[in-house]
Amino acid sequence: MTRVTHGASRRTFLAGSAAGLAALATPSILRAADRTLKVGVYGGFFKDSFDKHIFPEFTKATGIAVESVAEPTGEAWLVQLSQAARAGVAPADVSMMSQTALLKGQAADLWGPLDLGKMKNTANLIDRFINRYPDGRVAGIGAVSWYITLVTNTNVYPEAPTSWAALWDPANKDRLGLLALVSNSFLLEVTAATFFGGTKALDDEAGQLKAFEKLAEVRPNVKLWYRDEAQFEQALKSGEIPMGQYYHDVTGLAAAEGHPVRSTFPKEGGILDSGSWAVSRASQALEEAHVFIDYMCQPQIQALMSRKVGTSPTVRRDLLDLTDAEFAAVSSDIPPIVPRYDLYLSRADWLNQKWTEMIVG
Amino acid sequence: MTTARPQKLADYAPLVFPAVMLTVFFVVPFGIMVAVSFFRRVQGAFYEPDFVLANYARFLSVFFGEVLGFSLVLAALVAVVAVTIAFPFTYLLARLPRRRQVLWLVALLSIVSLSEVIVGFAWSTLFSRTAGITNVLVALGLMDEPMSLSPSFGALLTGLSYHAFPYTVLVLYPALARLDPTLMEAARTLGASPPCAFVTVVVPALRNTILATLIMVFVFALGAYLLPQLLGRPSNWTLSVLITDQAIYQSNLPFAAAMAVFLVLVSLALVGLSLLVGRKEAAQ
Repeated sequence: MTRVTHGASRRTFLAGSAAGLAALATPSILRAADRTLKVGVYGGFFKDSFDKHIFPEFTKATGIAVESVAEPTGEAWLVQLSQAARAGVAPADVSMMSQTALLKGQAADLWGPLDLGKMKNTANLIDRFINRYPDGRVAGIGAVSWYITLVTNTNVYPEAPTSWAALWDPANKDRLGLLALVSNSFLLEVTAATFFGGTKALDDEAGQLKAFEKLAEVRPNVKLWYRDEAQFEQALKSGEIPMGQYYHDVTGLAAAEGHPVRSTFPKEGGILDSGSWAVSRASQALEEAHVFIDYMCQPQIQALMSRKVGTSPTVRRDLLDLTDAEFAAVSSDIPPIVPRYDLYLSRADWLNQKWTEMIVG
Repeated sequence: MTTARPQKLADYAPLVFPAVMLTVFFVVPFGIMVAVSFFRRVQGAFYEPDFVLANYARFLSVFFGEVLGFSLVLAALVAVVAVTIAFPFTYLLARLPRRRQVLWLVALLSIVSLSEVIVGFAWSTLFSRTAGITNVLVALGLMDEPMSLSPSFGALLTGLSYHAFPYTVLVLYPALARLDPTLMEAARTLGASPPCAFVTVVVPALRNTILATLIMVFVFALGAYLLPQLLGRPSNWTLSVLITDQAIYQSNLPFAAAMAVFLVLVSLALVGLSLLVGRKEAAQ
């Protein structure tokens, strides 16, 4: 669901406030101090990177000051936003939301509708990154995306695997590290894409059960079902657990630091997860929010985020000035496996129960 | 110290502060949890105030029964292992010169200050194939090649017992330090060897202390949710792990609350039962 484990600590809050004060002290911002936008991003690495590389550029270009708010992980932020909205308050005007959280907010009509006409740059987006209410109103706009791919230790596997089917290979007994939750591992989608011709196969219960049955076959190969990213990353680097699913960007960083790890986009595609910008309906800064989201959809800003934050762009590749190497560091041209977020809403409890019984039983 | 019974209302004044704290920080949160456990889960959203039994009904299945059973057995095993090691250790500790006792106690307290995360990561490294203790055994010629010992039930039991050990010693220490040394001397005079006197005199004399310590470690281990994830396989996950999943990852607070209430009730019942048995034995 969400992948960022860094909580919003007091330290990040203080750092944010200090940066805010410093920004206020510069004359160009003082003029624009009446136009401020509160933007919620995941606390920790994301917020730090945005504060450092993205928000100052935005203020320079538009004169709108950004007050960044560290979002807690999980769905706690959604709860806070919806309760505040009931009281007519918006702790943040624009927030970066995970796809499941965005859908849940939609169900409660939490997001103010966005006007694509006011945001010309949204035409740059890949279609799947525009979130719509069932009646067609726009609820969210793709902010950043990231891939979960097949990762291996290069000492143990001199040859990179080419397909997710490697997870099922009996030769990999007791060698895999996989994410422990149905809603963040997206392994049902991987199973459907690898063996049943795509995630459409998960449309009905029979298809879901078939995927569960197939997925249960990987159990003997799994050494670690992890919730904690650091635990798997450490084991992957040391070769203790030489194969598994992990984040493409972090694996790339580890490889760049000299660790014997690699991230491979299997031929069935990497898992593409993403965060979207959404505006609380209680926000008084709808105009500024549109300016902000439009700004973030520019190809050069998306390229800047790929280079500085390590996220995968949400705009079409042909518009980007990323070199092949820069693009490969964050993304791939192989069509991705897009998670079936709808299922984690309509059948959340059933899927969770089946999943837990499968891996524990 | 006074032994007079409280006469006026004012005599109860010293109790006000603890009573308020207990109410605010224990009774009220627990009451909220019980209330939430009857709320109605709304899939794709959160929950709505209601009175439904569905959350408890979902829990009453073979699957959760097995997880609960495993959690109880694991906690009991941890209690037995920790007390079995800590009791003789504390007995010897209490007989050391004062200065060395202080050193040991400081070392134990510094273990207490380690977080569960650090303990878990340290043990998973010690039990790993690439950097673990089996490499030492290989170097000594006792094993052919290093192997991975974690995640496994043994690794989990070791981690939890290690984590519980300092608390166990600290609970046992006062009783063992106050133990009358003449008991041992009398046993020795009557011809018992030191180990024999320890088992037949010291252990029975402190039976109630041992029972109380077992219960404390049992409850302590029952709440573990981090070490089972770090050192255990999914079949070693305790009910606390599944409660965390429901509360944090599934936003299903009513079901998480129902499971937690169940866990509290079962452990209270077990503690009550063992106290009852202890009292009966003492009366005989």
